[in-house]
Amino acid sequence: MSTPPLIETIGLIKHFGGMQAIRGVDFSLAEGEIRCLIGPNGAGKSTFFKLLTGQIKPTSGSVRFRGTDLTMLQAHEIARLGIGIKTQQPSVFNGLSVQENLWIAAARHKKGKAIGQSVEAQVERFSLGGFVNSLAGQLAHGQRQWLELGVVLCGDPELILLDEPAAGMTEEERVRTAALILEINRQHPIIVVEHDMSFIRSIAQRITVFNQGMILTEGGAEEVFSNQAVRDVYLGKRAAA
Amino acid sequence: MHPFVRSNASLIAVGVIGIALLVGLPLALELFTLLRVTLFVIFAILALSLAFIWGYGGILCFGHSAFFGLGAYAYAVSVINVGDSTLPIVIAMALPALLAAALGYFMFYARISDVYVGVITLTVTLIFYNVVNSTAGPQYRIGDVHLGGFNGIPNVPSLNVPFDPNAVLGPQDMFWVCMVALMLVYFGLRMLLRMRFGRVLIAVRENESRVEFLGYDARLHKLIAFSIGGAIAGLAGCLFTAWGGFISPTAFSVVQSAQIIIWLMVGGVGTLIGPMIGAALISWLTASLGSQQTVDANVVLGTVLLAFVLLVPKGIAPIVTDQLMPWFLSMCRSKPSVASVSRKDKT
Amino acid sequence: MDLAILVGIDFVNGVATLALMSIGLAVVFGMMRIINLAHGEFMVMGSYSAAVAYHHNVNIWVAILIVPPIAVAVIGAIIERVIIRRLYGRMVETMLATWGLSLFIVGILTTIFGSHTEGVPAPLSGIKVGNYQTSGYSLFVILMSVVTIVGVYVVLRATRLGLLARGTMQNAEMAAALGVDTSRIYATTFAFGAGLAGLAGGILAPISGVFPSIGGSYIGRAFITVIGGGPAPLVGTVTASAMFGFVNQLATFLSNPVYGEVALLVAAVILIRLLPNGITGRYFRRAL
Repeated sequence: MSTPPLIETIGLIKHFGGMQAIRGVDFSLAEGEIRCLIGPNGAGKSTFFKLLTGQIKPTSGSVRFRGTDLTMLQAHEIARLGIGIKTQQPSVFNGLSVQENLWIAAARHKKGKAIGQSVEAQVERFSLGGFVNSLAGQLAHGQRQWLELGVVLCGDPELILLDEPAAGMTEEERVRTAALILEINRQHPIIVVEHDMSFIRSIAQRITVFNQGMILTEGGAEEVFSNQAVRDVYLGKRAAA
Repeated sequence: MHPFVRSNASLIAVGVIGIALLVGLPLALELFTLLRVTLFVIFAILALSLAFIWGYGGILCFGHSAFFGLGAYAYAVSVINVGDSTLPIVIAMALPALLAAALGYFMFYARISDVYVGVITLTVTLIFYNVVNSTAGPQYRIGDVHLGGFNGIPNVPSLNVPFDPNAVLGPQDMFWVCMVALMLVYFGLRMLLRMRFGRVLIAVRENESRVEFLGYDARLHKLIAFSIGGAIAGLAGCLFTAWGGFISPTAFSVVQSAQIIIWLMVGGVGTLIGPMIGAALISWLTASLGSQQTVDANVVLGTVLLAFVLLVPKGIAPIVTDQLMPWFLSMCRSKPSVASVSRKDKT
Repeated sequence: MDLAILVGIDFVNGVATLALMSIGLAVVFGMMRIINLAHGEFMVMGSYSAAVAYHHNVNIWVAILIVPPIAVAVIGAIIERVIIRRLYGRMVETMLATWGLSLFIVGILTTIFGSHTEGVPAPLSGIKVGNYQTSGYSLFVILMSVVTIVGVYVVLRATRLGLLARGTMQNAEMAAALGVDTSRIYATTFAFGAGLAGLAGGILAPISGVFPSIGGSYIGRAFITVIGGGPAPLVGTVTASAMFGFVNQLATFLSNPVYGEVALLVAAVILIRLLPNGITGRYFRRAL
């Protein structure tokens, strides 16, 4: 217990009607870390992600970010604490231009020239220079995913939560996205929900495996991938499906 | 061309047209016609208020006549009691804004769907209509004013020069006041839409949850926009009463609400210029229909609404912004060049 | 005691009337997620068809119970085919279109019948409760409201149409994938809802009088009941009618019918703040 965790969950439980989606999860992430959440379909990782981001409220237990309990907060209040979220489906302002998308994200906490600098930095990072005046809705799927990452970064978050950031991307875009995520991790701690194995291998140092609403195991990438229980649950089910 | 002019071409065009009408119409028209045009101007203000909250805020207000009627009655009651129209104008804007804020709190903070917002606002105006209609007895009075039920309130004084009740404005002055008010509202809204508040509001319309993930309170933005819209509708109600010297419960009627919706559908939701044109066109149409007996006005209004929903869902604004405006600009410039009015910078 | 019975009948009558006015709207909303803004005018068309039938010497019971639902269901089916079908999945546009339709119908009715009030006499005389007299027809309205609700339940529960409709309501894509002709289900549902509106208009014709703009005085209460009730048409209508009917009658009893409506609106707005998806959005979720 040297440094307090950045975000942690304590005894987190979530029921939907009679179904127990999350059954007592204690999770924590340290400053600067990058963590992958994996697990077969229905393991509860998406529900857990939504609990972290305040999109749904837990049945019991709590989520703490730097000691602040997030459970009773509204989505925008959680964002203001410094948590940036990228959802699974690209969620940008389709009717606004790339530049306007980024502007809105940066203008929440910045003024004047600083806004423009943030916008430009993200345009450059994600190679969107040729598209600043295009409507976000007209971008290719992969570019829209990147734009959303850029929008999240324009908010200068202290923790970034990514739900399947490479979903629907071409192989080339996946490689690029993995590199971008590692680069972003130099300044920001990140939690990634992902099921694509090669993508996970390319970014993860530590992995948390979910199964049946609980944490099955946690550890370094090689350790987790060689774990027999993980292979049984995760790969077995995947093969069966 | 100067860069400022280029990036604000459509705004400048609207300003030029506005000033031309402001100066030209009183010279060109007979007083009777000018009176009618003044009514269209007042309705254009009303159209702008819904254009702002529906077209930019994405708030589906089906009962906008509640704010219009409340502003109209608030003006009538307070101006008869006070005598000087200065304070009543403020009241006529403040009360509808408060009503909008209260309603907005219940609707937006409960995060109810569009359909529910439409139905609740419509119900609010239905009930206002029934309530005001039932105030016929002598016990329904506020200060010196009998509300008068379905007979309404007659002999409402017109506007006067601020703080000078004896300097009552004549018909031509009323035209100027309404025209200036219209331009102030139009340019005020344009300015608001360029500021952070306006941009975030548009973003809320586009994707509410993304706005919240970025740390903005979407509910509050909608509530403020709704209140601004309520205040502007109240202003239109106040001018309407001052213009006609009379107000009756029909200001609250569902048909009145439907007309505002029709102005927007005809003009184009998501623009400001379209609804103003729609208001003028449809008001002119209903006024002409009122003077004949063969066709019922409701049949025409219903058909227009159905036709635009089914056949011209974008309204006529795209024609104005994409064709007429560039043409007008090229006329001003004498040398036709690239149309600088982009689709994005809708007027 | 007698007075208490009378007041009791009044309250139950208020609830029953509300349920009768709302059930057609609720069925369409529950199945298709659209609010038919022409619902009030559908009721008025029911009232007019009853009046016209009665004035053509049709038996009064046939004129108020049989003619209106059939006439309005047929009109509803035509409207669905010509207008509503083009707008499926676009709720806002559908509402706007039905609003246009409502204006259109008011205009047409005014053109045909003029704006004066047509009369349909109440076919039942008064009933004595001790020393007091109550209208036999209001007891009939209560009875018909119960019969209508039970009838809708039977249709949804026991018929093939009801089964398909419920399936489509739960999951339209799944139903379509299983080979259900969803557009036909929607068409039938819309006509069914219209027929219920027509029936309500027929039954209420002797009470409210018949003139083109009377629809406006029905719809406010019907809208509130439906959104307060939420997505499940039957349970929603019954629970919301009971709650709002009680509030309405209480306020009416204490002051006058207009404040009854205001109380109804205030109650609905508060309810929506607490239960944004209506009563059945939170409770009885699996109900019909």
